Amino acid sequence: MYKIISTDEIGPKIKSYEIYAPDIAKNAKAGQFVMLRINDRGERIPLTIAGTNLEKGLVKIIFQELGKTTMQLASLSIGEYIKDFAGPLGHPTEIKKYGTVAAIAGGVGTAEILPIIKELKNLDNKIITIIGARCKDLIILKDELKQCSSSVFFATNDGTYGIKGYVTDVLKKVINKEKVDIIYAVGPVYMMKAISEITRKKNIKTIVSLNPIMLDGAGMCGACRITVNNKTKFACVDGPEFDASLVDWEELVSRLDLFKNFEKIAIDKFKHNRECNCCKK
Amino acid sequence: MPARDPNIRKKDFEQVNCGYTQSEMLKEAKRCLQCQESLCIRGCPVGVDIPGFIKYLTQNDPKQAAIVLRRRNNLPAVCGRVCPQENQCEKFCVLSKRNESISIGNLERYAADASTRDNSNIAINKNGIKIAVIGSGPAGLTCGGELLKIGYDVTVYESLHDVGGVLRYGIPEFRLPKDVLDLELHNLKKLGMKIILNVLIGRTKTIKELFDEGYKAVFIATGAGLPIFPKISGENLNHIYSANEFLVRVNLMHSFDFPSYDTPVYRARNVVVIGGGNTAMDTARTALRLGAENVKLVYRKTEDEIPAREEEQIHAKEEGIEFVTLTSPVKFIGNEKRFVKAVECIKIELANIDSLGRRYFHKVVGSNYIIKADMVVLALGLHPNPILPSLIDGLITDTSGYVITDNSLMTSLPGIFAGGDIIGGTTVIEAMGMGKRAAREIEKYLKR
Repeated sequence: MYKIISTDEIGPKIKSYEIYAPDIAKNAKAGQFVMLRINDRGERIPLTIAGTNLEKGLVKIIFQELGKTTMQLASLSIGEYIKDFAGPLGHPTEIKKYGTVAAIAGGVGTAEILPIIKELKNLDNKIITIIGARCKDLIILKDELKQCSSSVFFATNDGTYGIKGYVTDVLKKVINKEKVDIIYAVGPVYMMKAISEITRKKNIKTIVSLNPIMLDGAGMCGACRITVNNKTKFACVDGPEFDASLVDWEELVSRLDLFKNFEKIAIDKFKHNRECNCCKK
Repeated sequence: MPARDPNIRKKDFEQVNCGYTQSEMLKEAKRCLQCQESLCIRGCPVGVDIPGFIKYLTQNDPKQAAIVLRRRNNLPAVCGRVCPQENQCEKFCVLSKRNESISIGNLERYAADASTRDNSNIAINKNGIKIAVIGSGPAGLTCGGELLKIGYDVTVYESLHDVGGVLRYGIPEFRLPKDVLDLELHNLKKLGMKIILNVLIGRTKTIKELFDEGYKAVFIATGAGLPIFPKISGENLNHIYSANEFLVRVNLMHSFDFPSYDTPVYRARNVVVIGGGNTAMDTARTALRLGAENVKLVYRKTEDEIPAREEEQIHAKEEGIEFVTLTSPVKFIGNEKRFVKAVECIKIELANIDSLGRRYFHKVVGSNYIIKADMVVLALGLHPNPILPSLIDGLITDTSGYVITDNSLMTSLPGIFAGGDIIGGTTVIEAMGMGKRAAREIEKYLKR
């Protein structure tokens, strides 16, 4: 059992939890994830590690209420427990001196890119950060981003913060103005795909962190398989980071839809049980 | 072994084999000749005193029989169900010449099931020396159990949220009920086994950290956890699964009970399972129990080559699984949303039999045809899981990724032993045999 030590609502339906898991905190590196299961009937879901507190043995996770499990997770309070919490999984991000790095994130992807930026900055990389969200409220971790970036750009769909438009609009301007050595992108698949299309033409190495459906998270099942450079890869063991220009994006998009109908059933049941008294046992 | 009616059992997950009644057990046990030179024992990877336990059964004393069994075997209720006895102990039974081998597996199951849950009859002198076992499957549990019995302080690390490895996530309820597994685990815990879940050694904790924490030896039994995909077009279409994924969803995650449990599983109508091992049989029969109308098992050679146990093949056929032999998939065809709708297959024929009797097969050019399917499960075997080996400096593996060990099951690193599928084992009992051997070798190593 893994205790929830702190909870914080950092955006609309976006929460930040610190979980007591000292072994994971000790060995976790930027870019890695955990698999968690809330209770005996729960599913296993992957969440990227958003930070650690080594002294207190804490692992930070940031998540948006999207599916049944994240909704249920959001309903937990300080002092409550998560049944299973395993990690750190996947290869850590390769942290080294690249020169100029453009770090791009969309939505809660921001939580995932922040630890990467921090470590890259420690090695004196110049960090240009580009954050996209649907609107101002959905932009998270603004101050932290500013602390570790040389410059931060924001793009919102409705123009309520930063420029009106997409991260790709900002990216195009940035790469036209200066030489970028590598790009890190974390966020919705369509965003990463759009970035990849731009940077492939410009020959800029682009690393993306992929988020396919996972089951065990340690190579045993192949649920998370994707095609990279025409070969089947497991995101959990071979990734989660891959060269964006080699990823079969269409396939990834289709595989994310695999259990869409089931997810809807699970969400409906969860909402119903939460609201309806006769269902509470 | 008496089995339940195929038409009833194929609709549920209850055990297929019924187990002996007392009179059936007595009748079978009394057939044993109690040979002086017991050849059957030679066929057992863990060396169970077979005539010894059967003798107690003839006296209708299953408790004493189980004590004899458990001296050599830490998981007798499991082995009585899933061991391929026909290739092991029963094959060496002198009566096998007349095709009348004693049903040792069934007797083992009877004794184990009827035995007390109490292990207190085993007196242990604890030596306080800490050993870490990585992986709680058959190899790890056996090694840990053996070391506990000779006094070691054993901690088993498991990366998943539940114990048992393939016995938990792989073998279905209808072949190995999970309460049987839980009973065996209960006995091991009573011996003093500590089990820590959710720890992926190498990532959560390194091998070095284990030694720093005072462990004197480590046994790696992480299993063969990387499913093989055929590298053909369309293999990543939706509703194409590895057997591991399909079985983990059903067995470990209880997806058959969705949405009471959160993990979903697709209930397909027309299922194609590719492969011919026990896992392929388990997969096909599980798909049937989830409501499939039609389950085809596609295997590239003939039924003579099918590696699955004969009993499993018979059970599968009785339940209505269709065996499509001498057939191999060429590509998977999807609909516009990238969900699988068919498998394109090619026929295979026997090409040649060499002087040693080995049979060679080849594809029949132009024989391609289509099998309709809304789900395909690939049971093509597994590669060794690379995570832990890749994270231990100096650990030598072969080109396929299997950990290399010497005669004493020690790896290239002192104090680190390995066994089970991670070094190339294939069956539960083989893994258990290696676990047992590793325990003896660890003892020798620490006493050197």
